[in-house]
Amino acid sequence: MSESAFQIFVNALLANNFVLAMFLGLCPFLGVSGKLDTAFPMGVATTFVMLVASLCAYGLNLLLTAFHLEFLRLISYIVIIASSVQLVEMVLKKYSPALFRALGIYLPLITTNCAVLGVALFQTARDYDFIQSVTFSIGGGAGFTLALVLMASVRERLTLSNVPDLAQGTALSLMLAGILSLSFMGFAGLGG
Amino acid sequence: MNTAHYKTWDEFTEGIWRQNPVFVMVLGMCPVLAVSVSAVNALSMGLATLFVLVCSCGLVSLLRRMVPKEVRIAVYIVIIATFVTAVDYAIQAISLALYDALGAFIQLIVVNCIILGRAEAHASKNPPLPAMLNAAGMGIGFAIGLFALGAVREVLGAGTLFGITLFGAGFQPWVIMVLPPGGFFVLGAWLLFFSWLERRKLRRAAPPMEAGQHV
Repeated sequence: MSESAFQIFVNALLANNFVLAMFLGLCPFLGVSGKLDTAFPMGVATTFVMLVASLCAYGLNLLLTAFHLEFLRLISYIVIIASSVQLVEMVLKKYSPALFRALGIYLPLITTNCAVLGVALFQTARDYDFIQSVTFSIGGGAGFTLALVLMASVRERLTLSNVPDLAQGTALSLMLAGILSLSFMGFAGLGG
Repeated sequence: MNTAHYKTWDEFTEGIWRQNPVFVMVLGMCPVLAVSVSAVNALSMGLATLFVLVCSCGLVSLLRRMVPKEVRIAVYIVIIATFVTAVDYAIQAISLALYDALGAFIQLIVVNCIILGRAEAHASKNPPLPAMLNAAGMGIGFAIGLFALGAVREVLGAGTLFGITLFGAGFQPWVIMVLPPGGFFVLGAWLLFFSWLERRKLRRAAPPMEAGQHV
């Protein structure tokens, strides 16, 4: 394979950041980034789901290819992701009920987070082997967490400043995301 | 009869303007920002989503009495994934260039919140015809939103519309607009515009009571 694991990791983390360069997972990015306390756990939970989904998708893809059932790929990926989200939900509910309540509706919505399905689809499309898939999903998850934490920190500061009424809300968040994305473009070419 | 007809029509137009999924509800942002680099891409993506939306809402509505409440989301997702797979193969057969340009985002229609949202909020409670009409309205609204974004980005970032050059040779393309940050900026600008429209409408309807409420 041409890309080393390290290159894939750096690429997914910075140069091709999932949120800011590839537009994956924008709903939680705009929805949960209000407070730093919830943004970080959300990022970690998503990363975990990504890792589990990527592992399962890798195994499943081998199975589907062996039986020539590629047209079932999308449907089976979705089912796998839904089950891993269920798993994370159960674990969180048991060990950290407070966090479980704080994440609220956004936890089951990880199922419809395109970043998770994106990991599975991209690793299939690019023919990554096992190690590459794992680093790709961890890098992507870390990148997602990084973007979420950055955004939450900026928005926490922003609540203290005086913003025109008109720009309040989503429009302002989008402009912020644009500026963040602009600065992430500086990493282009880093992963080689 | 007349009022029923009016209500159905209202449900159809709701998605196009009043509840526009892109500009008012801000749903399904990922494909909106990712494929709106050019007007053609945006429009094809909008049409693909429209097709999936109408078909899956129709089927969900037909099956609404048979699906147990506990597993309904899983059932909806599988229905949606089926239609998306069909669209995926169809686009691949019609235009390979377009398929490469849209990339994984065709398959990512599955996780577009608009579709699941419509299935859950409307199609699961209404008979097939109104459900499909409502879905069609939403889909058209989504396509319009995508097109508005894609057209602006293509004109500013490449100086073309549908691949036709608009300006003379002296035009310097604003390249950032077709790059990722441009997507955020243009969508933010559209949202600002719509919130300004809303604000103006409110102010016309009821003049402000106190001086402090002036904007």
